[in-house]
Amino acid sequence: MALTTQRVDVPVIVDESKCLEKCNACIEVCPLDVLVKNPETGKAYMKYDECWFCLPCEKECPTGAITVQIPFLLR
Amino acid sequence: MNIQYLKTDFLVVGGGTAGTMAGIKAKQASPESDVLILEKANIRRSGAIAMGMDGVNTAVIPGNSTPEQYVREITIANDGIVNQKAVYETGRLGFEVIQELESWGVKFQKDHEGNYDLKQVHRVGKYVLPMPEGKDLKKILARQVKRHKVNVTNRVMATRVMVQNGRVTGAVGLDVRNGNMVVIQAKAVVLCTGACGRLGLPASGYLYGTYENPTNAGDGYSMAYHAGAELTNIECFQINPLIKDYNGPACAYVASPFGAYTANAEGHRFINCDYWSGQMMLEVYKELHSGKGPVHLKMYHLDDDTINEIETILWDNERPSRGRFHEGRGESYRTHGVEMNISEIGLCSGHSASGVWVNERAETTVPGLYAAGDMASVPHNYMIGAFVYGRIAGENAMDYVRDLEHVEPDAEFLAAEQARIYAPLQQPDGVPHTQIEYKLRRLVNDYLQPPKSPNNMDIGLQKFVAYEDTLDLMGARDPHELMRCMEVHFIRDCAEMAARASLFRKETRWGLYHYRLDYPEKNNEEWFCHVNLKKGETGHMGLFKRAVEPYIVDVDLVEEVYDVAVR
Repeated sequence: MALTTQRVDVPVIVDESKCLEKCNACIEVCPLDVLVKNPETGKAYMKYDECWFCLPCEKECPTGAITVQIPFLLR
Repeated sequence: MNIQYLKTDFLVVGGGTAGTMAGIKAKQASPESDVLILEKANIRRSGAIAMGMDGVNTAVIPGNSTPEQYVREITIANDGIVNQKAVYETGRLGFEVIQELESWGVKFQKDHEGNYDLKQVHRVGKYVLPMPEGKDLKKILARQVKRHKVNVTNRVMATRVMVQNGRVTGAVGLDVRNGNMVVIQAKAVVLCTGACGRLGLPASGYLYGTYENPTNAGDGYSMAYHAGAELTNIECFQINPLIKDYNGPACAYVASPFGAYTANAEGHRFINCDYWSGQMMLEVYKELHSGKGPVHLKMYHLDDDTINEIETILWDNERPSRGRFHEGRGESYRTHGVEMNISEIGLCSGHSASGVWVNERAETTVPGLYAAGDMASVPHNYMIGAFVYGRIAGENAMDYVRDLEHVEPDAEFLAAEQARIYAPLQQPDGVPHTQIEYKLRRLVNDYLQPPKSPNNMDIGLQKFVAYEDTLDLMGARDPHELMRCMEVHFIRDCAEMAARASLFRKETRWGLYHYRLDYPEKNNEEWFCHVNLKKGETGHMGLFKRAVEPYIVDVDLVEEVYDVAVR
């Protein structure tokens, strides 16, 4: 199977200047389990574009680093 | 990737509304027993009420209504096809659930005199009780789970129920973080995995832009089917009047008690009751096809204070991102109606009636297997019904397991399941699950979205059956993708069930939910019955009629036809 990687506009935006390296709050509460840490920077990011725009990640982030946008297709 | 073995007395699959209550009630009934909740997400924020709930829809509060009155209303709303004894339990035990939730810190709206502030949304009777501060519901439940010493394993998704010698012996799951296969021996299992909310494809085309929490992919429907349990009323689809594109409820349940109403483009009412039913959806469908669409929830005639109050409730609880959806489009309830659309199809007894067959004891047709919540067949059960049936399942299961022993898992079964789960990992360059799922759900829209046409559904059925082979093309690169691949298996099973059940019932019933173009009338002589299905001995899906249980509350269905059209 020949595969390609497509660019997508993802709903969950992480402000890396605010994201705490040792905190996993957003990752632990995401129902879809789409957030992970970048192993190089320790910052969270949205790895899988599978978002219900439900907001636990944003609400539970202790530093306000996360903003959830409505997915582009619905916006 | 390894195999991890666990043992528990009672396994709860899914830690949402029904599941958390099942775990708590099992421990209250039998504190010395071991109870385990298996959750594919994290019980703090999972299931249909992950972000809370802004009200309950089936509250039978003494002094306001009676269980008998509630049974009557649901019987009529569901065109008579109900097991009244099962519906009755929701009415009988709902108040105790509300009182217990209150004792845990959940707040329900009360009037100035301290009475429950019930609202009328149903045709007859007040059953809607607002929860303007319902956003912490799931956290409160998670706290009670911990307090009751119920064990919780998060991030493990069950894939199959184990059945040996005619009874349930546990379940198999996939750890979606480390990829381990998890084998859990249990003396009884309750499935409470929610709706099949990822059946049809939303008009937006976004796979996860669903009404239901998209984690609820029909897992329990599929697992119960493969365990040999009966499912029922699958042709009675869930179709909702949602905010166009956003796919959340518009939500007349909250807004109509304040004076909002569903209107056509001319601003006129066309339905006289906003309670979600197939009959109501049929009126929405007709209006959209009459030239008077689109339809919208109309609030712009209300004063500013009222709209502020509605916004506070709607933007803080069930789907808190809806405020930014409207803002992004520059729309306000003060100037714009909330444009609504007919949703894609799903399966959900919480709203309609499609589910795994259960009786009033939450028992499925497989000994030791229970079901509760949106996936269990008690019609229009909503959140209170999920709590009630979680409780019933938990209590009855602890009775059932008392003298039972664990059974060693069948090695052959485990090997087959292991091969099935990990197949996509063997071909990382296989077709991505996203494409496989998109096409499957697009086919569901093409061939199953009502009104239903027999030839279309036949083509759909052939395609869903052939899709078994298409699933073999899926490739995955990590445990997360494996989870999604397994969910596509669940969705395919549900699509085949939906097609077969819809073809089997040769009449129209439940308004739009089962509107057949070739049989446009209700036919009580032949079809006043459930359509049940189960996996036959040869592995094929068998369908059959099951008689409606004798009524315990008299309802004259000829006299009392559910009709919500404004004429």
